[in-house]
Amino acid sequence: MTTTTLAVLVPLLPFLGAAAGLLLGRTAPGFVRPLAVLPTLASFVLAVLVAVRQGGDQAVDAHTELTPTGSVPVELALHIDGFAALVAVLVGVVASCVQIYSTGYLRDDPRYPSYAALVSLFTSAMLLVVYSGDLIVLLVGWEIMGICSYFLVGHYWETPEARAASIKAFLVTKLGDVPFLIGLFALATDTGSFRITKVLGAVASGGLHHPTLIALLLLAGVAGKSAQFPLHTWLPDAMAGPTPVSALIHAATMVAAGVYFVARLLPVFEASSAAMVVLAVMAAVTMLGSGLAALAQDDIKRVLAYSTIGQLGYMTGALAVGDRGAAVFHLLSHGAFKALLFLAAGVIIHAAGTNSLAAMSRMGNLRDRVPDAFWTMTVALLALAAIPPFSGFFSKDAVLGAAEHVATGYTEHAPGTAGWITLVAGLITAALTAAYATRLWLLAFRGQGTEAPDHGRQPLTMTAVLWVLAVPSLALGGFAYRSLPDWFDGRDLAPTLTTSVLGTGVALIGGIVTYAAWRHSTAAAARVPLGAVAAHPEGDAGLVEAEAIATHAPAYGDVASAPDPADPGRLLLGPLHRHAAVGFHLDAVYAALFVRPVLAGASLVRFLDREVVETYVRGAGALPRLLGAAVRRAQTGNVQTYVSALLAGTVVLAVAAVLVATGA
Amino acid sequence: MHLAYPAVLSALLFCTGLYGVLARRNAILVLMSVELMLNAVNLNLVAFDVWLSKAARDTLHSGQALTLFTIAIAAAEIGIGLAIVLAVYRNRGTSDIDRLRDSAEGHESDGPEGDAPTTDQTGKAEATA
Repeated sequence: MTTTTLAVLVPLLPFLGAAAGLLLGRTAPGFVRPLAVLPTLASFVLAVLVAVRQGGDQAVDAHTELTPTGSVPVELALHIDGFAALVAVLVGVVASCVQIYSTGYLRDDPRYPSYAALVSLFTSAMLLVVYSGDLIVLLVGWEIMGICSYFLVGHYWETPEARAASIKAFLVTKLGDVPFLIGLFALATDTGSFRITKVLGAVASGGLHHPTLIALLLLAGVAGKSAQFPLHTWLPDAMAGPTPVSALIHAATMVAAGVYFVARLLPVFEASSAAMVVLAVMAAVTMLGSGLAALAQDDIKRVLAYSTIGQLGYMTGALAVGDRGAAVFHLLSHGAFKALLFLAAGVIIHAAGTNSLAAMSRMGNLRDRVPDAFWTMTVALLALAAIPPFSGFFSKDAVLGAAEHVATGYTEHAPGTAGWITLVAGLITAALTAAYATRLWLLAFRGQGTEAPDHGRQPLTMTAVLWVLAVPSLALGGFAYRSLPDWFDGRDLAPTLTTSVLGTGVALIGGIVTYAAWRHSTAAAARVPLGAVAAHPEGDAGLVEAEAIATHAPAYGDVASAPDPADPGRLLLGPLHRHAAVGFHLDAVYAALFVRPVLAGASLVRFLDREVVETYVRGAGALPRLLGAAVRRAQTGNVQTYVSALLAGTVVLAVAAVLVATGA
Repeated sequence: MHLAYPAVLSALLFCTGLYGVLARRNAILVLMSVELMLNAVNLNLVAFDVWLSKAARDTLHSGQALTLFTIAIAAAEIGIGLAIVLAVYRNRGTSDIDRLRDSAEGHESDGPEGDAPTTDQTGKAEATA
């Protein structure tokens, strides 16, 4: 088979798996699990084959026009360069792990067939986005991911949190997607094609007439999909979905799609230095805000969600300084360790019966209940905190190095301002990242109090994939930073001395300060009793998680934070804690800016419809009603009256006929 | 015989019948008046048939044929009519047309004999049937 055929099969297989899963889910439940896992695994293997064949050399391009579509042609096109090949491998790995993990995590879930099919569909859409060489085809995958995300976040639709979160995720991302669509059209109008290669060619030859406008429009969609400020608010709420979904969609792949899109079209953005500065500011605000917010969250998954937002901020920061190699490098390593973090968090939530860090910090011995999750999560958190030699260190340092490179004056495309913004924000965020990673680890695994409840061993399917993902979290960065430039633009990704010393230094400071705060505040832990715990800890993991999410708000008064004086984050953030816990009131701002005006408009329309329009309708009905009532009086019920009327009518008609006939 | 005699006779008969239909209160008498009107028409048909065949304009005697049809149909009609009146009488204990006003607008049961429940029951029985 040619590379093109293989590449076509990569997104096609999970799609067929999804279709078959949806069709056979009811009739043949035995096939659901194989249909979920095997196509994804096969497409992972094919993605690896494609990557090996492509080898970072000349990009593989293929295209066919299905049907003429008017002005600017839409073509089924593939464009596989080093970025696409490697990102597809990452998607394949994470999706396979998630599918295998889900068979254990949702083993008793009655909606598993549709869940697995949607995850397959989602995987297929992401692979389509990665491989597509045509922007409209890319958009198709982009939107399919959006709708799959909506369905999967709302998987536990019995809980009001999940329903609200799924709608919020959909609406907020759509808010970005509308400008995105307009931006794509503007781009195609300027360059005369939707093909990425042609667009880039046109940009290189200066064919872009409105670079800033187009870049900003596209950035809105990217901010929505990649959860960047100010459209990031959906991501923490999306944690109401099952943990594997959080791992796949909201950590490793879908949110990376925005970053990947910018990486693909980076020259378009580089054509406008204003857009690059906007990108840098967006990245900086996102990084800092999410770092602070993560430190204040109580739900273990929300901590990870904010951390995802922050790490995506690093990627956009790298793009803002024009180094897409570093951005995609961080995307790859982050995808691996963040998927691992989420999957391990799922195991912990199952074992502890709660998603609340405050409750976990009052459970002794949780670490021995889930040794696999403990060790792998430790690895992943070290990678997240960018401690050498874990993979996060190399990729984050590549980002910081690129920023420093630009900040110190080697500006090719990116403005120096963007470099400084990214560098400073990145360094502060490195300290924050280490702080919340340390806090998470200490609260989850160093809890003191009653023994954690024991409900048997975790399923092998859930623990095995943790170790699979631990390997790239541990070693991807160290082994790959030398060979990755061949796949990417050829820019050096090796850590530089200044940034690595600085980055590791602030990370260590962040970690040590948090440890000190924890030692200081942990004495207060005994005063507040254990909070929310799921009602059925012996159920399957999905059920436990759904119950944990549902019990958090009644127990602590809020889905995000808990009034826990033993929390080191409270001590570190001080008066900021209250604001950070609710994401700096951004939801309230949105409520004031968008939700309330829309509701007011809706009630106005309701008033107009009920009171104004309906009055006319009622008026139009009233007249015939009155006439009818008058005519009804003639209905006396006496047959003889009717006959008399008939006779009178006949006589009148006869007289009239006679008169007409005689011409009188 | 001049055409005027049967025509006048038939007009008188018809008017008598019409008066009976409009003024009589007993349903049976109303039916009888309807018979009168029908027979007035029959008389007209026969008389004009003879008059037209004398003028040799119509040799088929379609007037007489139509009369036979009318008599047959009138017989059937009076049979059904009397059966209905009988049923109404059994049901209501009256055949007074003025008191059979169920189709009036805003109809409520007339009379204190408890007709309404009976009608309601028949109505229900019909609805279920």
